[in-house]
Amino acid sequence: MYAQLVKSEGTANRDEMTPEEVAFQDRIDRNEKIEPKEWMPDGYRKTLIRQIGQHAHSEIVGQLPEGNWITRAPTLERKAILLAKVQDEAGHGLYLYSAAETLGVSRDELLEALHAGKMKYSSIFNYPTLTWADMGAVGWLVDGAAIMNQVPLQRTSYGPYSRAMIRICKEESFHQRQGYDIMMKMCAGTPEQKAMAQDALNRFWYPALMMFGPSDKDSVHSAQSMAWRIKMNTNDELRQKFVDQTVPQAKFLGLTVPDPDLQWNEEKGGHDFSEPDWSEFYAVLAGNGPCNAERLGARVKAWDDGAWFREGLMAHAAKHSGGRVAAE
Amino acid sequence: MSSEWPLWEIFIRGQHGLNHRHVGSLHAPDAEMAIRNARDVYTRRNEGVSIWVVRSNDITASSPSDKGPLYEPSNSKVYRHPTFYDIPDEVGHM
Repeated sequence: MYAQLVKSEGTANRDEMTPEEVAFQDRIDRNEKIEPKEWMPDGYRKTLIRQIGQHAHSEIVGQLPEGNWITRAPTLERKAILLAKVQDEAGHGLYLYSAAETLGVSRDELLEALHAGKMKYSSIFNYPTLTWADMGAVGWLVDGAAIMNQVPLQRTSYGPYSRAMIRICKEESFHQRQGYDIMMKMCAGTPEQKAMAQDALNRFWYPALMMFGPSDKDSVHSAQSMAWRIKMNTNDELRQKFVDQTVPQAKFLGLTVPDPDLQWNEEKGGHDFSEPDWSEFYAVLAGNGPCNAERLGARVKAWDDGAWFREGLMAHAAKHSGGRVAAE
Repeated sequence: MSSEWPLWEIFIRGQHGLNHRHVGSLHAPDAEMAIRNARDVYTRRNEGVSIWVVRSNDITASSPSDKGPLYEPSNSKVYRHPTFYDIPDEVGHM
């Protein structure tokens, strides 16, 4: 997902909890929202900073693979749409950074941690976007997978995170639909265009499945995060849902999902499918994906190159404090 | 660089005459830029026709631990609600 392998701190075992922690867990179990200034266990705070921060970084870094195609979009309309989508991603990143900041971490600290490689972003954005069809595949599959995770997170226990998710979900379905629209166009085009669409699906299928993270059936971290309602479903549940939703969509396009073992399992009421290559996932997370250096390099460069501008605006603001229009 | 832009809280009034409503926050060097940024971040889909920006530092909030003393007194004052009063059906709509 946009937040993968988030290490959770704390204990889900009531016998090991302090009275404060028990009262806190009870509030969450009653579906109460936790708000910034209220008491919360350190582990809850730290885990959320990690998770929301990673999610925010993913939105911002996620602009890069698509930004690659803005100047090369096939029509003016497609270009305007792609610009709007990439602008949305910036907005989503900002909502999430703001949510993380309510937990007592500063924006600059979060960015520094990203730039120093101490915080991660989703593995998916370390893959290249080689053709225009990749814009279709990214919208359809990557945003589709993100929505799978984000819709349930609207009900998460932390108020600011939940509110950010609600805003994001409102805007996100445009992203997936515009991607599918590109795929439909390509698949109804020349044989070469359809082949491009198939190639994009071939390259993005397994990385999209990896977005949900490895199976967390036995993960202690995952159990804690689920008890805190900052993770709403297991990785496997979401991955299964994604496959079941996407397979008929691929069929409609006349494309083949690149998995010879993919088949409907009547008994479980879902598809059986092949696992992605998890060694590749860990390699990408460790910094050895096809585009890790390029992506992080672009972020660091943008931050460093913009320093004079940020400082200049602050100096200007200090000089001209006053002359405001009052609220009416 | 440690001169981080200050945080602003953003309030937006929609088209239908409702109050300005808190929609989120953002960083900006000054109020004018906060309004410009708020337009880009929070009104990309016609969400509003008026924006207020307030420095987060200038907001005083009630403390979560005051929840009881502040709000519980109103629990016992059910007569403040119209449903407290039984009006016979014959009287008609009131």
